[in-house]
Amino acid sequence: MKIDKVLIERVAKVARLNLKEDEKEGFVKDFKNILELFSKISKINTDNVELGVQPIKVENVFREDKIGKSLNEKEVFQNTNYKEKGFFKGPRIL
Amino acid sequence: MKPKDVLQEAKELNKRYNLFITLNENLFNEKASPKNEEKINFISVKDNICTKGLRTTAGSKILEDYNPVFDATVIEKSKKAKYIVVGKTGMDEFGFGSFSMNCAYEVPKNPLDETKSCGGSSGGGAGYTYASKFSNSSIGESTGGSISCPAAFCAVVGITPTYGLVSRYGLIDYANSLDKIGTFGKNVKEAVNLLNSISGYDEKDSTSINKEKENYEKYLGKDVKKLKIGVIKEYSNGEGINFEVEKEFWEGVKKLESNGLKYKEISFRLSDLVLPCYYIIAMCEASTNLAKFSGIRYGMAKELKGNFNEYFSSVRESYFGKETKKRILLGTFMRMAGYRDAYYIKALKLRSLITQEYKKLFKEFDVLLTPTMPILPPKFAEIEKLSTVENYMCDILTTGPNLSGLPMISVPVKKDRTVGMHFIADHLQENKIISIGDFYERIR
Repeated sequence: MKIDKVLIERVAKVARLNLKEDEKEGFVKDFKNILELFSKISKINTDNVELGVQPIKVENVFREDKIGKSLNEKEVFQNTNYKEKGFFKGPRIL
Repeated sequence: MKPKDVLQEAKELNKRYNLFITLNENLFNEKASPKNEEKINFISVKDNICTKGLRTTAGSKILEDYNPVFDATVIEKSKKAKYIVVGKTGMDEFGFGSFSMNCAYEVPKNPLDETKSCGGSSGGGAGYTYASKFSNSSIGESTGGSISCPAAFCAVVGITPTYGLVSRYGLIDYANSLDKIGTFGKNVKEAVNLLNSISGYDEKDSTSINKEKENYEKYLGKDVKKLKIGVIKEYSNGEGINFEVEKEFWEGVKKLESNGLKYKEISFRLSDLVLPCYYIIAMCEASTNLAKFSGIRYGMAKELKGNFNEYFSSVRESYFGKETKKRILLGTFMRMAGYRDAYYIKALKLRSLITQEYKKLFKEFDVLLTPTMPILPPKFAEIEKLSTVENYMCDILTTGPNLSGLPMISVPVKKDRTVGMHFIADHLQENKIISIGDFYERIR
């Protein structure tokens, strides 16, 4: 795998994160060093080992489907700049 | 002790050490009658925990104007127990760091030496707990060591409980499977009292452990001579451990021994793989968590221009810091087709093996012991010179127990010393770390 500006740009596109031109070189260097450290984990055999998704297993947590108090309209929109007719307003989708 | 005096002191400390991002100015209007004053305790709270009507930034520019409309469960609970919030403490952006320097606001300075770091990521809370005359405890949060590290560097006690013991509802997540809310205290008792108030089952957090609530205070003042201690060799000797830390840590171990406790030096088989395993999982989870900051419903916004993807990408470019961008990129990369199995899936499997390794050791030992941090609090000028990998390596001792969700306590090796004794126990055995931490505090 070649770690270069092209890879960083590709990942940034997937991550939906614009990068400034001068940031990219720094990330190339960081990717090289950090992935070298991370690749150490390949040396251990993990065949047939379960995924450790949670440190303590909790399964099928349900709660009663009961009506509770929810936020009022003022609270829902308190932190937005873009409100219109009781909806959040966002950019166009396409 | 009047609320306005507490606020006044916090303001003065803040001027000198930058421990807070936001202070609770409402304290000036708080009318505590003399009768009630005795019962009131003042706490600080890490700024990634939502406080109704009190700005909550998680150390990030993207939440600069965010005023939560609800209290996190731990805030609701602490209010019920008569704790009053003095302010929101300085931290690395979203918890991404070990020195509280990756912060969009002022960097907290260590009250024991202003040229040095408080540690991170809950740096401000540990510093304030040490420096304040009025506040004896604080609510922090740890993903990979963010309570233990600043506790050691600021010479206070830090308790990181078992994953799921304290509700995460209202916490601005870094990595859901790793985040734990815990406490700082001027001493073990203060940290335990606050833990008593905030722990317990919460149906709003699906990973909350549904068990009967315990009173942890009853584990103070116990005789712990029967507890068997395992000192992890790889984390307590030689390579990577500062000479002074090693010397003081072993003096602490000998103190325990001369007071009747038995210890054995043991090996942790996967010690060199813990740090990469932790960082891979933490970055993968963080890169998905941060997708909620879209500049629409809350948080900083820009002019609505372009389509959704263009707008979203541009908001994140403008308001996330460098370390945050780095972790989003790495976390995204390690979940992409072609790399996912080699990094993310592999790390999840390795995490199971690491937890099994701990469980094996807990069959023989009640408590595992290491120094909390491998270094003394570094000067800001020294931290600036560290490469990213050198920076991450500072977490070598704390990431293991955090990765496996184990409870741990950091107690200063001596009063006012910035080296920590780090006691770790099996899941839900807070009783053991509290008893031994409290015992150590009495004999040190």
